[in-house]
Amino acid sequence: MTDLYQTQRAMRNIRRAALQRGVIAILDIGSSKVGCLILRVSDSDGLRDMEGVGSMAGQSSFRVIGAATTRSRGVSFGEIAVMNETERAIRTAVQSAQKMANVRVDHVIACFSGAEPRSYGLAGEWELEDSVVTEQDVARVLASCEVPDVGEGREVLHAQPVNFALDHRTGLGDPRGQIGNRLSCDLHMMTVDASVVQNLIYCLKRCDLELAGMASSAYVSGISSLVEDEQELGAACIDLGGGSTGISVFMKKHMIYADSVRMGGDHVTSDISKGLQVPLATAERIKTKFGGVHATGMDDREMIEIGGDSGDWEKDRRQVSRTELIGIMRPRVEEILEEARARLDAAGFDHLPSQQIVLTGGASQIPGLDGLAARILGQRVRLGRPLRVQGLPQAATGPAFSSAVGLCLFAAHPQDEWWDFDIPAERYPARSLKRALKWFKDNW
Amino acid sequence: MRPIAGQKRNTPRRDPAPSRMAYRLQRLWLTPSVRAALRVGLPALVLAAGVGTYLADEGRRDALASIYIDMREKVKNRPEFQVTLLSVEGASPELAEAVRNALALPLPLSSLDLDLEAARSKVAQLYAVGSVDVRVQSGGILQVVIKERVPAFVWRDAAGIWLVDDTGKRVAEVEARSDRPDLPLIAGEGADKAIAEARQIYASAGPLLPRLRGLVRMGNRRWDIVLDRDQRILLPADQPVLALERLIALDQAQEVLARDVVAVDLRLQARPSLRLAPYSLAELRRQRGIIPAENDL
Repeated sequence: MTDLYQTQRAMRNIRRAALQRGVIAILDIGSSKVGCLILRVSDSDGLRDMEGVGSMAGQSSFRVIGAATTRSRGVSFGEIAVMNETERAIRTAVQSAQKMANVRVDHVIACFSGAEPRSYGLAGEWELEDSVVTEQDVARVLASCEVPDVGEGREVLHAQPVNFALDHRTGLGDPRGQIGNRLSCDLHMMTVDASVVQNLIYCLKRCDLELAGMASSAYVSGISSLVEDEQELGAACIDLGGGSTGISVFMKKHMIYADSVRMGGDHVTSDISKGLQVPLATAERIKTKFGGVHATGMDDREMIEIGGDSGDWEKDRRQVSRTELIGIMRPRVEEILEEARARLDAAGFDHLPSQQIVLTGGASQIPGLDGLAARILGQRVRLGRPLRVQGLPQAATGPAFSSAVGLCLFAAHPQDEWWDFDIPAERYPARSLKRALKWFKDNW
Repeated sequence: MRPIAGQKRNTPRRDPAPSRMAYRLQRLWLTPSVRAALRVGLPALVLAAGVGTYLADEGRRDALASIYIDMREKVKNRPEFQVTLLSVEGASPELAEAVRNALALPLPLSSLDLDLEAARSKVAQLYAVGSVDVRVQSGGILQVVIKERVPAFVWRDAAGIWLVDDTGKRVAEVEARSDRPDLPLIAGEGADKAIAEARQIYASAGPLLPRLRGLVRMGNRRWDIVLDRDQRILLPADQPVLALERLIALDQAQEVLARDVVAVDLRLQARPSLRLAPYSLAELRRQRGIIPAENDL
């Protein structure tokens, strides 16, 4: 665990340095597009309360000064599959964003949707030595959380303390200074495939960029597309992406569960391509132009030229009705939503007081999706668009950019993670100078 | 299945991604220091190098210098800038001649070469010049406006005989006292510093004026009035005018100065004393029945 602790802390330091320099890049590596936003952080007041339990936020305000998107290449299921291609896609996006911003960025915060995220709920307990909760007590209770066996080749991406309880009082945001006997905490930990993370780091290094932070795109799109009361009262965000569908559940402004379904809009496209015998590009065009999930009588009469480049007159003049197209798309969309429903059920989402579900991501733009989703996911479904942030171009305000925008918010107001807290003094190696200092600090 | 319609597939679509080199170069270009160096430093360097190479040859340097000098000469020698006449105003003919000699300008001269401040200080050094104003008038005239000092006293000291003005500044040297018999005479070291007092004494000397030969400054401290018949009036250092007025009143009442007195000593206000001539003294003593010793005293 210490290893992870070190890398994450190093990334935090890089992020802090980047915020001090005032320019940081956001990179959303998706299966269908790679988006890059460049933020100018105007004041670094946000770094003031870096250590602490509460929301670390600070109100550091930022502005998007460069934005660029490019078609993603070499990414499938939200994971880097072909390193060279992905590197080129990242270079394209970063270069044009830099050109727009007219500034060079060295530090980048990245998010990805794949790598099979798994959620764990951890709990820890600690008997207070003297009845006041100190920072060391917080550190100790976090350290006392029993870490499950996450499996070989997995790495922790997020580990956020969700809740603190002191004796019988629960729901404390910041327990420091409170009086009690027994401090306990709940921690939400999310692990991902380590190789995917390593690939990402390597890929960014080849682009001369330094990684200042990582996030799961399910988490960040939840941040941007759930409104404040939904985050507080409990809601699920389903990010329908190109290669994978991210699911995150929020409660009391913390993510308590995250998962992903390895299916997305690209699968719909490939279904159309196979069903209609057209190339993928044509299928994508037809899907975005004529796609839908509810067939009406009108759709029977609306014929779509699907064409072909074969030179055969019969093949090049093919037509399908919109109903046929919907007939191909609907089962796949239903499958994705049902899979998401299954994941939510497995996580016990139906026990939550609020059953709000928000659909976002590029594939949520299919007309009539909310009606279909209401049948599968329950009545309280809405389509979500990301928050408006300063300076974002109009072209980047659609639901496809919810994870990029969420990552901006994540960069500006990061949530406290496990590694932002102190290391308990006992965990320092014996005879360490730091330990001695710590002892002095604690006892005087 | 080979596409027949359109040959565009044969030419692969251009990759929109920048090459690694292009990417790195763009990032380098966006680095502020590199950017500043390339946008300001490089042109400056090229310019400096070009100018340096051009000027490295001595012939070119000389050519440039001669072009500059030629142009300067051309402008300088234009008739608009020529000064052809020196006019001295407000000075007596002798002083005007002295000013001309002091300036010693080789006319005609370009006004750009003329150092008016130097000329002014040169003229101001002349004794007789009180204040001077030098300016170039239109039409190529150098005008020197002078305010002359007016001599008020003749001052004789060890170095010679000078005319001094009201403030004690020397105006001119004269050969003999008789050159300016109209001016009162003063003498002695430091007399020029106490000119104001001398003037007051002269003003209050009234009835003594026909007999007055001059004033002598004694020990840079007080005045002596010298009358004819070698009579002296020794004035005190402070309030000499008062003492003199008292003496004149005494003289008018008792005709003190008409008697055979060598000096009247007014230095002690409470006890003015007379010094008689030796013969008179002896005679006085004889009349009082005092047998004087057989010496000059």
